[in-house]
Amino acid sequence: MFARANKSIELINKFLNCVDQSLLLFKDGVKNYLYRDQGNFASNLQSLANSELESDVLRREIENTLYTQSLMPQLRGDIMRLLEEMDNLIDQAKKNLFQFDVEMPNIPAELIPDLLKLTQISTSAAESVIPAAKSYFSEPANVSEKIHRVYFFEKETDLLADVIRRKIFREMPELKLSEKFHLRYFTLHIENISDIAEKVADLLTIMAIKRTV
Amino acid sequence: MEFIFFITSGLFLGWSLGANDAANIFGTAVGTRMVRFRTAAIIGSIFVILGAILQGSGTTNTLSQLGSIDALGGAFTAALCSAIVVTLMTWKKLPVSTGQAIVGAIIGWSFFTSTPVDYSVLTTIVGSWVTGPILGAIFSALLYLLMRRFIRKASIHVIKLDIYIRLALVVTGAFGAYSLGANNIANVMGVFVNSVSLTIHFGEFSFNTIQLLFFLGGISVALGIATYSKKVMETVGNGVLSLTPETAIVVVLSQALVLFLFSSTSLYNFLTGIGLPPIPLVPVSSTQVVVGALIGIGFVRGVQEIRFEMLGNIALGWLLTPLLSGVLTFITLFFMQNVFNVAVSGHERMTDGPALTHEIGNIIHLPANTDRLLTILAIGIILLSALVILLNYRKNKMKLAAQDKKLAEQIQYTDYQKALSEIEMHNIKMENTSLAEHLEEKRKELVTFALNIGEMKQFLESLCDSIKEADKEQNLQKKHDLLHSEVIRIKLKMSFAHEVEHIYKQAEQIHSDFVSRLTLRFPELTEHEKRLMVLLRNGFSSKEISPILNISPKSVEISRYRLRKKLNLQKEDNLTQFINAI
Repeated sequence: MFARANKSIELINKFLNCVDQSLLLFKDGVKNYLYRDQGNFASNLQSLANSELESDVLRREIENTLYTQSLMPQLRGDIMRLLEEMDNLIDQAKKNLFQFDVEMPNIPAELIPDLLKLTQISTSAAESVIPAAKSYFSEPANVSEKIHRVYFFEKETDLLADVIRRKIFREMPELKLSEKFHLRYFTLHIENISDIAEKVADLLTIMAIKRTV
Repeated sequence: MEFIFFITSGLFLGWSLGANDAANIFGTAVGTRMVRFRTAAIIGSIFVILGAILQGSGTTNTLSQLGSIDALGGAFTAALCSAIVVTLMTWKKLPVSTGQAIVGAIIGWSFFTSTPVDYSVLTTIVGSWVTGPILGAIFSALLYLLMRRFIRKASIHVIKLDIYIRLALVVTGAFGAYSLGANNIANVMGVFVNSVSLTIHFGEFSFNTIQLLFFLGGISVALGIATYSKKVMETVGNGVLSLTPETAIVVVLSQALVLFLFSSTSLYNFLTGIGLPPIPLVPVSSTQVVVGALIGIGFVRGVQEIRFEMLGNIALGWLLTPLLSGVLTFITLFFMQNVFNVAVSGHERMTDGPALTHEIGNIIHLPANTDRLLTILAIGIILLSALVILLNYRKNKMKLAAQDKKLAEQIQYTDYQKALSEIEMHNIKMENTSLAEHLEEKRKELVTFALNIGEMKQFLESLCDSIKEADKEQNLQKKHDLLHSEVIRIKLKMSFAHEVEHIYKQAEQIHSDFVSRLTLRFPELTEHEKRLMVLLRNGFSSKEISPILNISPKSVEISRYRLRKKLNLQKEDNLTQFINAI
């Protein structure tokens, strides 16, 4: 019984590490794209695709273990939902990087620092979800204080994305309307990461309340 | 045969007790699927029987002292009426107690047969109805605090915690079942002990009335658990008393402890032995103790979590159950005696065995009425004080927690600012690196430009000297040759070798390792063709390329055509797209 439990714990930890690694790859990928480092960008994209595959396999394995071994009948539904939502983070990151690769948006030099900052804050929101999720499994009482970081970064992401969009549409007359639309979509794509992180945070808050003795 | 018929009402009461009260012990465990029903039923049945046989005598003696029903007909009626009232109250979803029903029935029988009621015993019993749930609340509050502290400190992973909780649910369930058997068997079989006297021999072993009755009662409770409790457990686990498994452990353990304390003859004798007021041996309602335990947990978690209507329900149960049971028994006894001609009082005993009250009474010596009242009063005061202390402690703790929270929020805010500043710094560093690279590039450009100016000056000076020399030359042919050679020098200079070289270097920097990849993929390309490809990759048109390569636009077109052939491109293929894809 304890051996099975240890295996499940190991799988969950691996999954969370996979999410963390994917977010790092995404951040690095966007940076490489912005600085036109094609070689490293392609390598980031490939690694992220592998990471996404690995996370899917891990999630299914965890699901099988929890259900076949009848572990945590009351909590497993919630835990599987949490892992699915976290998997969405990886999926979104991969989708975003692929969109950069396929659509090759033309990014003006003056927008590079802003977009870089947006990526970093948005991924910071997602990265803050990981310690909160880890805390849920061992110290549910500490989840709420870790979740605050997610909400904070999500709010900052929204503000910055708004600033960037205003800059694109109001201060860059040299850009074509199609280019402006294109850039707006890319800010939205990056912003999506923090929105998913917020969803995970909401879920974690409720789950932690359920678990708090 | 008559004995078996009359005892059926007691067995029915036992069955009903098993079906209902087992849910208090294993309800959450089974309802939440932490423990399988089969496991719960087997453990519950075994430990209920063990509790009944090993520790059921104490509470039975107290009930016998309240009113010694000395005829099987009377005992049958009392048990039957209790069972009916219990069923009725359960149907009305009130926290009913089999013990309260049986006490009401005994008093009803006493009134009917004009047997005097021992009011000191009645006071003890009624006192325990109040102290039982209060003790349950205190135990659960303390156990809950302890468990919460342990779980928070231990930081056990949820999956491992799940296993520990399963084991704890089984262990506390077994203890709960044992205590239920020990405490509540008196409700099921207590009324029969003075109305029948039997001894059965099995070879070397012989069983007296109490042992036999308790064994049968235990089996009836176990049958109730095995046959009907599953439905109740599933309802309890997901419905009215839906608890988390952690809370269920506390509730079951509190209930088991209270029932154990109110049925342990050893503890009773020990406390009496050292001169302390003993805990009376009285059947207590497990459901009401569970409700008390839930209220105790509610106190710890915050007063807003307490459902005060539950307290009202308990009070209603205290009044209604014995009253209904007593009245019903009184009326039924009238019909039993006058319509069915069944003996309900002591003169028509079935056998001439000695009164069993004295047998059990020898083990325990109950204190006098006054002592008992004082004991109850003392317990009440102690419990009230404990409650006040607990509430005060909680208030202080909440105050401190609020201060801590405020402090933590401030720290958190500083952390956020720090994190944002770090991001900002990181970006600035990256920007600086990029600017430094740009600056270095510009510096090189400037150096090249300065060198070019110097070189150009030298060239122009030498040109000026040569023209002056040619001007001085008298020989026309020689003069013409000199001027022609200067024209060639000027044309050569016009090829802008340095500048072109510079453009290539720039292009190489923008598309790092492009030329190396090109050489690796197409080793047969000439230097001229590679340069053409670099310029095309940078988006230069044929018109723009021609002055850089110092050839005509037509020659650029021809070079492009040759390049396409060398790269094996088809008519529909775009050369620039092909180069960009490399």
